[in-house]
Amino acid sequence: MPYNSILNWIVFTDPMQNGYYPYSVYNLPYDIGLKLWELLGGLIAWLINLLVPGNCVSTWLVCDQVANVFAIILMVVVIFAVGFIINLTMIWEERKVLGRMMDRRATKIGPLGYFQCLADGLKTFMKENIAPKKADKKIYWWALALVIGVSVLVACMVPLSGRWFIADYGTGLLIIFGLFALAPFLILCAGWAQNNKYSLIGGLRAAELMISYEIPMLLLLTGVILMTGSFNINDIVNAQYENTWYIIPQFLGFIVFLICAIAESERVPFDLSEAEAELVEGWQTEYAGMKWGLIMLGDYFRGYVACALVVIMYLGGWMLPYFGSTPVPELVFIAKVFLVFFIFVWARAALPRVRTDQILNIGWKILMPLAVVNLAIVIALRMGGVF
Amino acid sequence: MTEKMNADKMWVTMGPQHPFSHGLWTLRVKVDGEIVVDAEPEVGYLHRGWEKECEQRTYAKIIPMADRLCYSASMTWSHLYCKAAEEALDIEVPERAQYMRVIADEICRIQSHLMWLAAVGTDLGNLTVFLWALREREFFLDLNVRLCGQRLTTNYPRIGGVRSDMPYYFERDCMRAVEHFEKTLWEIIGLTDESSIFVSRMKGIGYITRKDVANLGITGPAMRGCGVDYDVRRDDPYDAYDQLTFEVPVLKEGDTYSRYMVRIEELFQSCELIRQAMKKLESIPKTAPYRVKVPRCVPAGTTCAKIEDPRGESIMYLVSDGSERPYRLKVRSPVFVNVSASKNMVVGNRIADIPAIMAMIDMCLGETDR
Amino acid sequence: MADNDIIEAPSYEDTISLLKAKFGDKLVFRTSTKKNNRAINQKRRIFLSTDRETIYPLCEYLHGKLNYEQATSVCGVDWVDHLQVVYHITNYFTAVMVEIEVDVPNDDPHIASVTPIWGGANWHERETYELFGIIFDGHPKLERLLTPQSYEFYPFRKSYKLRGQE
Repeated sequence: MPYNSILNWIVFTDPMQNGYYPYSVYNLPYDIGLKLWELLGGLIAWLINLLVPGNCVSTWLVCDQVANVFAIILMVVVIFAVGFIINLTMIWEERKVLGRMMDRRATKIGPLGYFQCLADGLKTFMKENIAPKKADKKIYWWALALVIGVSVLVACMVPLSGRWFIADYGTGLLIIFGLFALAPFLILCAGWAQNNKYSLIGGLRAAELMISYEIPMLLLLTGVILMTGSFNINDIVNAQYENTWYIIPQFLGFIVFLICAIAESERVPFDLSEAEAELVEGWQTEYAGMKWGLIMLGDYFRGYVACALVVIMYLGGWMLPYFGSTPVPELVFIAKVFLVFFIFVWARAALPRVRTDQILNIGWKILMPLAVVNLAIVIALRMGGVF
Repeated sequence: MTEKMNADKMWVTMGPQHPFSHGLWTLRVKVDGEIVVDAEPEVGYLHRGWEKECEQRTYAKIIPMADRLCYSASMTWSHLYCKAAEEALDIEVPERAQYMRVIADEICRIQSHLMWLAAVGTDLGNLTVFLWALREREFFLDLNVRLCGQRLTTNYPRIGGVRSDMPYYFERDCMRAVEHFEKTLWEIIGLTDESSIFVSRMKGIGYITRKDVANLGITGPAMRGCGVDYDVRRDDPYDAYDQLTFEVPVLKEGDTYSRYMVRIEELFQSCELIRQAMKKLESIPKTAPYRVKVPRCVPAGTTCAKIEDPRGESIMYLVSDGSERPYRLKVRSPVFVNVSASKNMVVGNRIADIPAIMAMIDMCLGETDR
Repeated sequence: MADNDIIEAPSYEDTISLLKAKFGDKLVFRTSTKKNNRAINQKRRIFLSTDRETIYPLCEYLHGKLNYEQATSVCGVDWVDHLQVVYHITNYFTAVMVEIEVDVPNDDPHIASVTPIWGGANWHERETYELFGIIFDGHPKLERLLTPQSYEFYPFRKSYKLRGQE
């Protein structure tokens, strides 16, 4: 036969057998990426082989090393796509739940109103891209790109289950917190670069808000880590499956962390930096059109990360109490994230905005001592041998 | 030296297009960090020359114009104008029309205060209050539609009475609306008054002394929240108000929270007034006249008529010269004076408090600029 | 009773008698002939007219001694041969309102400002200035308020005709 069969080229292999497989455990997105590449690359290789039989490009396309490279690229795309869809669903959930609490029905386009987000995204995409003349061009664009980029990076670094992760790093939670904490600095730069008094005030407010609410969060993180004994997210989730969900011994910490998470995501009641009634849009005033659309997505990504942290640290991650690991632990995790997000939306519907100095009061004078108390409880439990 | 000292203070212009300003006006504030040290309101974007236009029209044609002075308090403005014309003509309005005007005024007051409550919710960041207050307002706008065919600019009073009598089943609808509203107002209060965030954002800011309030001419709920016990309906009564008993809420603290509480209490009192007026209307025969015929030309002289608008004390000063058109018609709007006093209320507070303080004044640009 | 004691709630008759005693014939009292007006029948309105020189001492007396706390309105009227400023002053305790008319000649439209006495008259006087051209001496900031700063005419004078008038 002068032509090879297509099945010579499209061969689905086990990712763990690939000599260059970068992880030590099974990784689902990598598997999906590898299979996608084997499909696509095999198809292209077969086509090229039809035209020029026996060439080296086709064999190069399906060899192990190249498959690995492309599998990693496609894995990242898959993780981003799934994160994006979760984000869109979170926006949809917020609008629907908020609408019903306000005694109205929100978003009617599409099945249960799901396509409204796509319609909004399309609308924002069509807008004109303008920048103020006197703004500091470099910082204006770079700060924006970094804010969005860092938010998306953090959202993709949150693992959805034991087999859905980008990197199984030993210091999991710490890296997520570190990237989370990068945002205030970038928002400050963005607010200053727009050459607008409102943005300046908004940027300052956002920075001071986030910095003062990260300290209780870190103290509570220490509590969880002490109870587990490791930074690794896998270890934390497994420890919660073996003992109990950490919400029970650290209930105080759960409440404080919930409040800090709402503050860090810049949602009402803590959304001073984008207080529409006072400062138009705060630090986003001069970002119009698609830039604003991306900033809003970035905000929801960070909201997603905050909810995911709550679920990982206090609500048992992707494991259920008696059943343990389910066939699709990712769905369990996402369901729990949506549940926590429902509480965020409820707070938004019921509460007005808190003033700047009152926010700082709450953060420094109320939440931080409570976080320290929580740490003391954890230490007492650990030394008493209960955990 | 002074430039160096003032280098860190900057003038921030809030408006004319700004999400919190209900209407088109500018508030320029000088901020030192977060604290306001100076303020200067600028109005006049909506000046239509209303008073000069009135000199071109006959007396009956000015009633719809008076409605458009403030769209949400239109019933009281046209009532005020008709009262001024009637006092110039020196005629007495029939009793049935007096009670109808009282009921229409109180419906207007409830509906205007609910609009204010919705605005307070938005300014402080809680959109649920906005939607719930507007949902309740719909019942009273429906009452307006039944009474005169229009939701907002009602054109209901006439010189010499009212336009038409009560439609059938109006009493039943009115009582239903009032009873329903008295229950659901407690739900809205549960979101505002019982929320400590709301209260802490309103207490202790926007403070004015009682002496300043009287001197600067602030009237209405803003004045009664500072300790001045004066209400035109009780002290200088007109129409049927001297036959009805009601309380005038007065609080002494003088900050934003007391102005808010005064308006909420006024909502309850308006419900009470509507109930009493409806009861008294039952004793007046249904065939009693609701309108008297008035001559076309008003005798020469000056008149000054006062009324209690939802926002304060409004006055119309009418100079007539014996012809069928007014010679001069001056409108004193309560919001005009309240806004001019905003400097005293805003200085010393934070920039984040400005929406809360200005929301309590209940701006309406139509009557400020005329 | 010392001369600078404030009477908190002077009644209608007290006010008229005290004003007559202090200012004599500089004030001209009018009585109203309206029969159906409740406020006039229940004695809550006082009508006066006076001249330019007495208006400031009169207002000081009303505010300082008779406790008329609120300058409710200050407006202008254009009688073609002269201008007129009309003040309305209210007492919060008795609900009595005093209406004062002051004539101002066309060629010298100056009058003392009552803003130092009542802050509430500030914007009223600015509005009267920009619409009629009456200049209030002693006003802290006599600028145009409602009309644009570039206007050079006074819109509410009878000499300014709207479109559609002859």
